[in-house]
Amino acid sequence: MIYADNAATTKMSEAAVHTMISVINENYGNPSSLYSIGQQAKETLEEARKTVAEAIGAEPREILFTSGGSEADNQAIRSMAEEGKKKGKTHIISSAFEHHAVLHTLEKLKKEGFEITLLDVHEDGLVRPEELEQAIREDTCLVTIMYANNEIGTIQPIREIGAVCRKHGIPFHTDAVQAVGHIPVDVNEDSIDLLSASAHKFHGPKGVGFLYARKGVRLTNLIEGGAQERGKRAGTENVPGIAAMATALKDAVANMDRNAALLTANRDRLIEGLTKIPHSALNGDAKRRLPGNVNFCFEGIEGESLLLLLDDKGIEASSGSACTSGSLDPSHVLLAIGRVHDVAHGSLRLSIGEDLSREDADYIIRSVSEVVEYLRSFSPIWRDLEVGKKEHIL
Amino acid sequence: MALYSEKVMEHFRNPRNVGVIEDANGIGEVGNAKCGDIMKMYLKIEDDVIQDVKFETFGCGSAIASSSMATELIKGKPVSEAEKLTNQAVAEALDGLPAYKMHCSVLAEEAIHAALEDYRSRQK
Repeated sequence: MIYADNAATTKMSEAAVHTMISVINENYGNPSSLYSIGQQAKETLEEARKTVAEAIGAEPREILFTSGGSEADNQAIRSMAEEGKKKGKTHIISSAFEHHAVLHTLEKLKKEGFEITLLDVHEDGLVRPEELEQAIREDTCLVTIMYANNEIGTIQPIREIGAVCRKHGIPFHTDAVQAVGHIPVDVNEDSIDLLSASAHKFHGPKGVGFLYARKGVRLTNLIEGGAQERGKRAGTENVPGIAAMATALKDAVANMDRNAALLTANRDRLIEGLTKIPHSALNGDAKRRLPGNVNFCFEGIEGESLLLLLDDKGIEASSGSACTSGSLDPSHVLLAIGRVHDVAHGSLRLSIGEDLSREDADYIIRSVSEVVEYLRSFSPIWRDLEVGKKEHIL
Repeated sequence: MALYSEKVMEHFRNPRNVGVIEDANGIGEVGNAKCGDIMKMYLKIEDDVIQDVKFETFGCGSAIASSSMATELIKGKPVSEAEKLTNQAVAEALDGLPAYKMHCSVLAEEAIHAALEDYRSRQK
């Protein structure tokens, strides 16, 4: 079996599993309790906070543990919206292909009277910092732009975006769920004020993540209750999950260069091989993308069929077709980079892991080529394209 | 739990009656690429009996399986019987479809009816 859906979730590292089990078994106290095992848990928690902070160049007190990336996104945006509202600032800038945790929060704010500007991400899947600068207004209270896209893997010019925000004194949040642990992230060099991350994207456990909020940034609670997390996130901390996240992140950062080199070599091999399939196209810039992300559109076929047949061949991947999203529309990310519906339905995302071998990559190329050819052999769209009744788009 | 029934997967993996009938006397195409499903049915009708049927489909697993099953249900049957084909019959023969995939069986029914309609219009 070749697991090529690491952007959806990753397998926990052995070290992270070990940490989690040992905390569950031996360190089960409540960090808020004053007796020994409580304080031991508190120590583990604060150790993890330090590790996580170091991984992104932050201070431990700037890290807030959450249930994952979505909660962090929600809290970051809600907090800045609330702060903005107090000053009469109700304009937020984001991009058209954010994760739904961001887009749906913004849609809700829109109903509450906020004005939202979604920047174009162009054909290459990249936001233009100069277009961001043009969109900034007197009443802009937040810029939220993802670090790297979860579907097509394009890495945004975050440093330039951060600099623009800093220049205009506007808080900058980035959903860095796909970036943290995979590419270097430094909140100071990138002028990031708020950042969201999720453990299960870097071989940590599910249900845990963190929000970085620069010192001085005022957060609003999503969950009211006890005084955990400096009073900004109530509820007894998920100590085993948080500790395991720290272990996974420490390893991911320590091995980042080696892993990125391995992944990039296989990524580029896959891109080169899949490009040879007639009437196919890579989605997003070829180089400014995550080391493990490959995303293609194939004309004349539909993504779900492709995934099911690849699954039969032992390859697990994902697609932006409507049938895999449960709605009638294909991926908003592919539409945002200008792919038309017909083509967007025939997309394939491979998000490879560090354990993928060169032979695995070649097997994927062969399998995808075979399945695409097979599905085209009885696709009425493909027939129309072949006989010239319709014109090829790709 | 699997996404689809065994029957759906079996028809998806080994679709029956795939292809084109060059001298078809009834052809129906339904759906559109925008929504991600297109089905095209080819019928060869002689003496009011469906002698042969073939299909081409662009779509998801259940769209391909529904097309395959629909062709099986009408092959060799009198036109009068094929006219009565419903999407429920297609879905039932497949041991059911997930609720949000029922439209695939509807498309299969519509494709067969469109092909029969084409056949009738050619007879006039």
